[in-house]
Amino acid sequence: MQPTQNNNAGKLATLLGVKTRFQVNGALWGYVFALPWIIGLIIFWLGPIFASLYFSFTEYDIISDPKWVGTANYVKAFTSDPQFWPSLGKTFYFTALFVPTTIVGSLLLAMLLNQKLYGTNIFRTLFFIPHLVPAVAIAVVWLFLMQPRLGPINTFLRSIGVENPPLWLGSSDTALESVTLINVWAALGGNNMLIFLAALQGVPQDFYEAAEIDGASTSQKFWKITLPLISPSVFFVLILTIIAALKVFTTAMIAPQTPGGPSNATWFILVHIYHEAFLYLRMGYGSALSWVLAVILIVFTIIQNVTAKRWVYYENE
Amino acid sequence: MRMSSKRTFNPARLTRNVVLYAILMVLVVVFGFPLLWTLSASLKTIPEFAEYPPKLFPISPQWINYWTVLNTPRVPVLTWLLNSSLVVVLTTIGTTLTSALVAYSFARFNYRGRDFLFFITLATMTLPAQVTLIPQFILFFKMGMINTLYPLWVPAWFGGGAFGIFMLRQFFKSIPRDLDEAALIDGAGYPRIFWSILLPLLGPALATLAIITFIASWGDFQNPLLYLNSPDKFTVSIGLQFFNNAPEVGGVPMRHLLMAACVMSMIPTVAIFFIGQRYFVQGVVMSGLKG
Repeated sequence: MQPTQNNNAGKLATLLGVKTRFQVNGALWGYVFALPWIIGLIIFWLGPIFASLYFSFTEYDIISDPKWVGTANYVKAFTSDPQFWPSLGKTFYFTALFVPTTIVGSLLLAMLLNQKLYGTNIFRTLFFIPHLVPAVAIAVVWLFLMQPRLGPINTFLRSIGVENPPLWLGSSDTALESVTLINVWAALGGNNMLIFLAALQGVPQDFYEAAEIDGASTSQKFWKITLPLISPSVFFVLILTIIAALKVFTTAMIAPQTPGGPSNATWFILVHIYHEAFLYLRMGYGSALSWVLAVILIVFTIIQNVTAKRWVYYENE
Repeated sequence: MRMSSKRTFNPARLTRNVVLYAILMVLVVVFGFPLLWTLSASLKTIPEFAEYPPKLFPISPQWINYWTVLNTPRVPVLTWLLNSSLVVVLTTIGTTLTSALVAYSFARFNYRGRDFLFFITLATMTLPAQVTLIPQFILFFKMGMINTLYPLWVPAWFGGGAFGIFMLRQFFKSIPRDLDEAALIDGAGYPRIFWSILLPLLGPALATLAIITFIASWGDFQNPLLYLNSPDKFTVSIGLQFFNNAPEVGGVPMRHLLMAACVMSMIPTVAIFFIGQRYFVQGVVMSGLKG
């Protein structure tokens, strides 16, 4: 019996990718500790990913069984859905407004807080608070602030002589810009600024001193020293901000009086997916739209990773 | 201090600082005014609320509004706060505990498939969660869990997500292995080593993850919007949306109460941030510099 048992133990060890019996014990414990995530990955990630890929080729209202329709959902999105292209266009327009504003804004804010002034910690905390407020509360509050007739913003604008202040969220001309403004306000002092601040504090002071001796101007110091040295953080923040912008949802649903805004001015892609999948119960079509969004997000990430090599400076390379 | 040599009176420097402080003050108004205005509006009477031009401060602050909003049956704000608290506490405990377990497994054990598993874990970070939203909804629908709080916190107990696992794994790797090995020789089992030796050393990292999870879970709107549909089951976020859509339920204008509810919705996250600010800033910065 003894040799067979050893042989079995040997097989188990090979199966688990280890050598001794002691290591077999360790490997088994390794699986035990990883088990919650292995189950979670299957139930909440891998299963759903394949399921949604399958659903995207079906017609499915959740009650009756999914019906295979081939590529009809994708064809519908690209050719006959009147909301699809406009919703993508609005999402990209929002992204184009939001991303540069927040990134430049948070960087400026971080540079301001990086000056050696008293009380910068207090200011940092204060600027961060909007980031802690639930997005719904932010949207509700700004709806009141931007109220065209009674709101404090237009009251202020009238008091300084603006005769016809904008209708903000109430008009299809300005709703998207207003939603952008709200999001910028909420994001400016948040995580991005903290990351920039830490990056700025990591730039060695000697570089600036050497540059000063060589007679470099303030702008030269920024473009030639600061920006290259913090470029990994800028790159990281850029990816996260673009992805977040493409997924804009909460403010667009709540701040304008109707979800999606007046004349659908803030009918972004995620608003569209939400309506199709969860209000009209077109789960198949909603899945197809989700995959279109996923592909866009993945393409953005790849493009950035490829171009990053050209402009991001990594110290240890 | 590097600056001390320059601390003599210097007019150019003084002007510069005055300008910088002026900019900071403008920013204080930009960031602070909306919050201050919400607080002030929440303390107004109904006529004061509708007044034009709006007053910055109410004549006598109506603190009673906060009591009233908690006791208005049509908008059960107290229930929403309790529901949110339940979801957030369970999500936070589940995320920190199970992602620490998984991180321990990734950092300390050798077994077949570990590196592949870790690769998939990182891959889930780049794939947008939107792709999994619909099938997850269908899953919970089939399990009869629509309009319950389960879909909001149960997933957190299955490893908590890639971000937490990744972050804690880095921390585990920074703890010397000698510590585990000494305990192992003394006869402690792996669960004991995890719980009594490593977890206490991980305190700051766990605090960081807990705060980040707390804030994200408290503010979540998308999931409650999908899963909850009766007011007694709402969390704060979805409840505020419901309140906002029907601000005059029963013919009584309640917008000042809506503002009070908004203020209350901010208190837990702001409080947690002030308590654990150091850990939070550390966590955010770490995630950014690793990237």
